[in-house]
Amino acid sequence: MKNVYLDNNATTAVAPEVIEVMAPYFKEHWGNPSSMHTFGGRVKKAIDEARQKVAAFIHADPSEIIFTSCGTESDNTAIRGGAEAVGAHLNVVTTRVEHPAVLGPCRYLGERGHRLYEVNVDSSGQLDLVQLGSALREGSALVSVMWANNETGVIFPIPEISEMVKVAGGVFHTDAVQAVGKIPIDVRKVPVDMLSLSGHKLHAPKGIGVLYVRKGTRIQPFMLGGHQEDNRRGGTENVPYIVGLGCAVELAQRNMAQEVTAVAALRDRLEAGMLATCPDTRVNGDRANRLPNTANISFEFIEGESILYMMSDVGIAASSGSACTSGSLEPSHVLRAMGVPFTAVHGSVRFSLSRYTTSEDVDYAIKQLPPIIARLRAISPFVKK
Amino acid sequence: MWDYTGKVMDHFRNPRNVGVIENPDGVGEVGSLACGDALKLMFKLGSDGRIADVKFQTFGCASAIASSSALSEMLMGMTLDEASKVTNQDIAEFLGGLPEQKMHCSVMGREALEAAIDNYRIGKTDKKILGGKVVCNCFGVTEEEIIRVVRENGLSTVDQVTNYTKAGGGCGKCKGDIGNIVDKIVHERLEAERKLGAHAVPRKMTVIEKIRLIEQTIDREIRPLLKRDGGDIELIDVEGNRVKVALRGMCAGCQVSSFTLKDVVGVKLKEFVSNDLIVEEVRE
Repeated sequence: MKNVYLDNNATTAVAPEVIEVMAPYFKEHWGNPSSMHTFGGRVKKAIDEARQKVAAFIHADPSEIIFTSCGTESDNTAIRGGAEAVGAHLNVVTTRVEHPAVLGPCRYLGERGHRLYEVNVDSSGQLDLVQLGSALREGSALVSVMWANNETGVIFPIPEISEMVKVAGGVFHTDAVQAVGKIPIDVRKVPVDMLSLSGHKLHAPKGIGVLYVRKGTRIQPFMLGGHQEDNRRGGTENVPYIVGLGCAVELAQRNMAQEVTAVAALRDRLEAGMLATCPDTRVNGDRANRLPNTANISFEFIEGESILYMMSDVGIAASSGSACTSGSLEPSHVLRAMGVPFTAVHGSVRFSLSRYTTSEDVDYAIKQLPPIIARLRAISPFVKK
Repeated sequence: MWDYTGKVMDHFRNPRNVGVIENPDGVGEVGSLACGDALKLMFKLGSDGRIADVKFQTFGCASAIASSSALSEMLMGMTLDEASKVTNQDIAEFLGGLPEQKMHCSVMGREALEAAIDNYRIGKTDKKILGGKVVCNCFGVTEEEIIRVVRENGLSTVDQVTNYTKAGGGCGKCKGDIGNIVDKIVHERLEAERKLGAHAVPRKMTVIEKIRLIEQTIDREIRPLLKRDGGDIELIDVEGNRVKVALRGMCAGCQVSSFTLKDVVGVKLKEFVSNDLIVEEVRE
C-alpha cells in the first residue's frame, strides 16, 4: 500500500545522513565526554562540533547552546528556570495558543504566586499585540510566545514582539520548535533571550532538544547534580543524539531554500486541491504568515478521528484538532481560541509536509480525500441535502 | 491510535443501516455538533410489532459510528420491550468491547434508542429533553444521567464518569459535584452488598478476599474520614483476624489515635468485613 506521511509537525523521519553520523557513537565512540582519557576526549570534541553547528544555524555563540532531552524540557527550563532566577511575583505572559509544553509551566507558575496573562489571538490566529502591550505594562515580566504554531503553522511577528518585551524590560522566551528548520532564524537580528528547539521536528531523532540562552540571561538549572553544559544542565551528554542533531541542522541549513519554496508549493497545491474538490471546506489560520509546510483544513459536518482512520486505511497520515483524537474531550484549544466554530474544529485536519514529501504524495492525497469526505458526510445527520 | 477491536473497525468501515426512513414510527436524536458527536436513530415497526427497519445517521469518531451501526443491527427484529432493555454495555459487548475513554459512544447509542422509543410511545419530541439538574455545563449532562450511568455500569471514579458521559471532560469545574454523586452511589452499593452478605449464607472468605475487602473498606470508608483531619492510614499486614495498620499524617502520634483506631478503623472494618477483626497499630 502507498505510504504518504503528511504529519511532519508531529514528528519527522530521521534523515539517513543523520543515522549514519550517529552510528559510530554507539559502536566505537561510547566514552564519557567528561573523562580524562582519549575515549572521552574524542567524544568531547564531537559535542563541541555539534554545538558549533547548532549555534551557527541560528547565528548564536556556541556557549549559548544548552543541549536538553527534548523541546518540552527546553520550554520548562526556560520558563520555570527563568522565573526562579528573576524572582517572585512576576507577570508571566504567554498566549492562548501555545503548545502544552509552554502552557503547562506557565499555568504552574500562575498557581504559585505569579500573575499569569494569556494573550488572545484573532480569527486568523494572529496575536493581539495591543493586549500583549498592556500585559507588558503591568510590571516585570517573563514572556513566552511561540515562533510558529504547531497546529495552524501561523507565524507570530517575533522580531516585533521580542523588541516590545525588550523595551518593557522583560525576559523573552520563544518556543521555536516548529519554526526552526522551516524558516530562517537569526538571533543576532531578533532580541530573544531564550529559544527552544527540538531535534525530531527537523529530521534528527526524538530525545534531543536545545535551549538557546543569550549571554547575560539568568536561568536556574532544571536538572541539578552535574557540571555538564556549563553547570546549566546536569546529566551525562546524550552523545549520539547531539552528534545527530549537529548533522540535522547542517542539512536543514542546506535545504532551507527548498523548504520555503518547493515544500510551500506542494502545500499550496495540496490545499488548493482539497478546497476545489471538497465542498464546505475551510482553511484555518493566517495564510499570508504561515509555515511553508503546514495546512490546517476543516471539513464541515464530519469528525476528525473518522477522517484520520479512513485516510490511514489508504495509507495517508495526518493529524486532527478533533476532541476524539486528543485523548481529552475538548477539541483543539488553538482553533477554539481563534473562534473557529465547533463544527469546523471537530472536522479539522492538519497536513504537514517535509522536504521528503513528493509531488506524487500530494497527487495521491488530493485523489483519495474527496471520496473519504463524501462517505463520512453521507453518514452525518448535519449535512443539508 | 486507539485499540479498537476488529468488529469496531468493521462496523466503522462498513456501517450497516445508514440513512433515513420515510415516515418512521420513532425517531431519537442525541448529541450535537458542539459536543463532537451526535446520533439520529429511527425505526419502523412491522405488523407483528417487531422492529422491521432501523436507520441511523452519525456525526462522530470511529467508535461512535461503529456503536450506532452495531445498535442498528442488534435492534432489528426486536419488540419494543426487548429494545428498551438494551444497555450501553450490550452495545459495547456486541463490538467486542470499546476503549474505556470511548464508552460514551455506547451511552449515546442507548440514549438515542430511548429517545426513539419515547417518541413512538408518548409522541415526545425527538430531541432529548434534559431531565433534572445539569451538572456538567460544557457537555450538558444532568445528574439523572450520571446517576444512571454510574449505577448501570458499576462505576466508582470521576474519570470513569467522564469516559462514559463526557461530564467533567470540559472545564472540569463540575468534577467535585460528580465526585459527590459517585461517592453516594458507591456508598449505597457497599451498603447493599453488606446487607446481601448479612442475609446470605455465611461463607468463609479466602485470605485474599478478606485482604481485598479490608483494603476496599479502608479506601472507601476509613481513609476519607481520616483525610478530613489531615491524617491517613496504611494497611501493613493481616495475620488471621489481626489487622495491622499504620496511621500517617496528622493521625500519627495524635493524642486520640487509640480512639481513632478503635472507634473509626475497628468499627468500620467490623461493619464491612468481619465481626471478629482486631485492629493493631504498627508504630515505626
